[in-house]
Amino acid sequence: MRGNRLARLLLLAGALMAAPLAQAADAVKIGILWPLTGNAAAAGQAAKAAAEVAQDIVNNAHPELKGIPLADTAGLPNMGGAKLELVFVDHQGNPSLAQQLALRLITQDKVHVLFGAYQSSCSFTSTAVAERYGIPFVIGDSAASNLTGRGFKWLFRVTPIATDFAEAYMRFFDDMKKQGKSIRSIAIVNENTDYGTSVGDAIEAAAKKNNMPVAIRIPYSASSSDVSAQVLQLRDKQPDVVIFISYTSDSILYMRTMRNLDYVPPMVLGDDSGFSDPSFIPAVGDIAQGVMNRSSWDIGKPGSTTYKINEMYKAKTGRDLDDTSARNLQGMLALADALNRAGSTEPEKIQKALRETDLKPEQIMMGYRGVKYDETGQNVLASTYLIQLKGKQYEPVWPEKAATTPIQWPMQTAKH
Amino acid sequence: MILLQVIVGGLLLGAIYALFSSGLTLIWGMMNFINFAHGEFVMLGMYAAFVMVLWFHAGPLAFIPVAALALVAVGLLVYFGVIRSVMRGPMLAQILSTFGLALLLRYLAFWIFSANFVSLPPTALRGTLRIGGILIDVPQLVGGTTAAALTIAMHLFLTRTRAGSQLLAVAEDRAAAMLMGIRPDRMQALAWAIAAGSAGIAGALIAITYPFSPSIGEVFGLTAFVVVTFGGFGSVPGALIAGLLIGLIQALSAFYLGPIYKDIAVYALFIAVLWVRPQGLMGKA
Repeated sequence: MRGNRLARLLLLAGALMAAPLAQAADAVKIGILWPLTGNAAAAGQAAKAAAEVAQDIVNNAHPELKGIPLADTAGLPNMGGAKLELVFVDHQGNPSLAQQLALRLITQDKVHVLFGAYQSSCSFTSTAVAERYGIPFVIGDSAASNLTGRGFKWLFRVTPIATDFAEAYMRFFDDMKKQGKSIRSIAIVNENTDYGTSVGDAIEAAAKKNNMPVAIRIPYSASSSDVSAQVLQLRDKQPDVVIFISYTSDSILYMRTMRNLDYVPPMVLGDDSGFSDPSFIPAVGDIAQGVMNRSSWDIGKPGSTTYKINEMYKAKTGRDLDDTSARNLQGMLALADALNRAGSTEPEKIQKALRETDLKPEQIMMGYRGVKYDETGQNVLASTYLIQLKGKQYEPVWPEKAATTPIQWPMQTAKH
Repeated sequence: MILLQVIVGGLLLGAIYALFSSGLTLIWGMMNFINFAHGEFVMLGMYAAFVMVLWFHAGPLAFIPVAALALVAVGLLVYFGVIRSVMRGPMLAQILSTFGLALLLRYLAFWIFSANFVSLPPTALRGTLRIGGILIDVPQLVGGTTAAALTIAMHLFLTRTRAGSQLLAVAEDRAAAMLMGIRPDRMQALAWAIAAGSAGIAGALIAITYPFSPSIGEVFGLTAFVVVTFGGFGSVPGALIAGLLIGLIQALSAFYLGPIYKDIAVYALFIAVLWVRPQGLMGKA
């Protein structure tokens, strides 16, 4: 009996002593919130694969990826080679579920940083939880303007935002007008959650500032099973450019319905998301020839660092990296850089390191001018270029210095 | 002219609603059993068509019947494997069993087909008809007319045939039907086979037009419940009329009020109808 108790005591003491030792080599836990099922599951799964590529780049030595911080070494050198551990949760595109899961990640899984959350509405709710608990939250891809500007101290956003895109679109229209294209009015069609509404608002505001008439603004629900009424409204107004701020199934449905109703405007400009989803081109590539889209991602020439990163992603998924996933990959890399500089998993130290982030263009894989956060947590060096669907892929066409092929206007399938 | 186009579009959409709702009303009305997995049956029909097209380059004439047969098999499997035993259990077990089944089927589909949206490559059923300035999508037209034909056939089967009357008798009073020499087990298996089979046909027809992923069953499942409640529990013609009506109201309100108001219009009318006629448009009180 006594021997038994003694043995237990010894075991306990041993465990207590072993605990701090184990901690030193402990992994850094990153809780990642994405829609892994539901309407936007395809985008969520693609982003998950991208995050795993980022994890591979950081955790293993990849000296072939020139310029990318932490690629050379295995793990985080300032933390004794600690590895990144990713904890994925599925919020299904549901903002209240995202909120609950953020809470679970912080209180039960004890993650050190949060990352996510694709839909702006889900980022909106989950970042509020992180703010309350004082855990850094890095947003890789959600574009709604209202995410920053809430006075949050723990939120950092790597991606360009709605106002950046809206201004880029207006500069693009000006350039087109200078080339003699007729753009008398535009139409804005947006899904009606935070993402579509805020991007739609930003474009409407930018259009007003630039004296560009908005013929019609159509907010709709992304889970619509039919969009013919909306397409008929567009046909009625005859705008020269229709800007879609849409998710996956709805963007496919719009293209199909436009074809069925024998109406395709002179130019369709997709605001990323659905138009960049891996299912978009296989489903409606034939109807969508000449559709424009925005992207901060370009695969680049064979042998380049971006090309090699794309090869890693391709080996995993069989597909090229799309803009949304690439922005997430970049977000993870920027986060890893900060974690390494923090040299600790203490939230305050990570927060400080994130604030001090200053990545140069040659250190990143996207078409940004760098990564540097302002006091709201927004990356002020983020930007985009415009791409056009030609054959089976999008090609950069604007601004001219990034273009690999001349722009085609009106789009090939236009019928109005 | 544009009004006419909106109306035609709404009716065609409504016919599709009716098509995938008719099987649900059959189970609900004939067996007093709620099948929450009905939307998933439609989803499986879509993937059955998808697999046929992908592997065998089948046309609609082949993949629609195959989807129907595949789902008849699923329906029988579900009945003999799950439903027959839970029917003896409490009401809550009955409801939750098909709910669990729905999730099982959905996540099985996620596992097998991944979460990506897929769509069928061009089939023979493609294109647009132009009739006096009105544009009609051919797959929607075929889907709509098939829906009408199918629901009418189902109605005739229930009211005019021996098997149909036996099915109704079992629903009315199981014990009395057994005394009359009807085997309830067989009749109920038949009802599940028909319901699942019609969901399979619906899925295959819808797959021609719509992109889909394993979670699509959710969208169709909910709509089917609204259509069936609106049309009247167990009334097959009711489902057809309710489906058409809902499609029409959605199209008109989406065009004139804006798409975000269309569901408000539909559900406001839905509540209003239930307030006046709780049994639905054509249900028995």
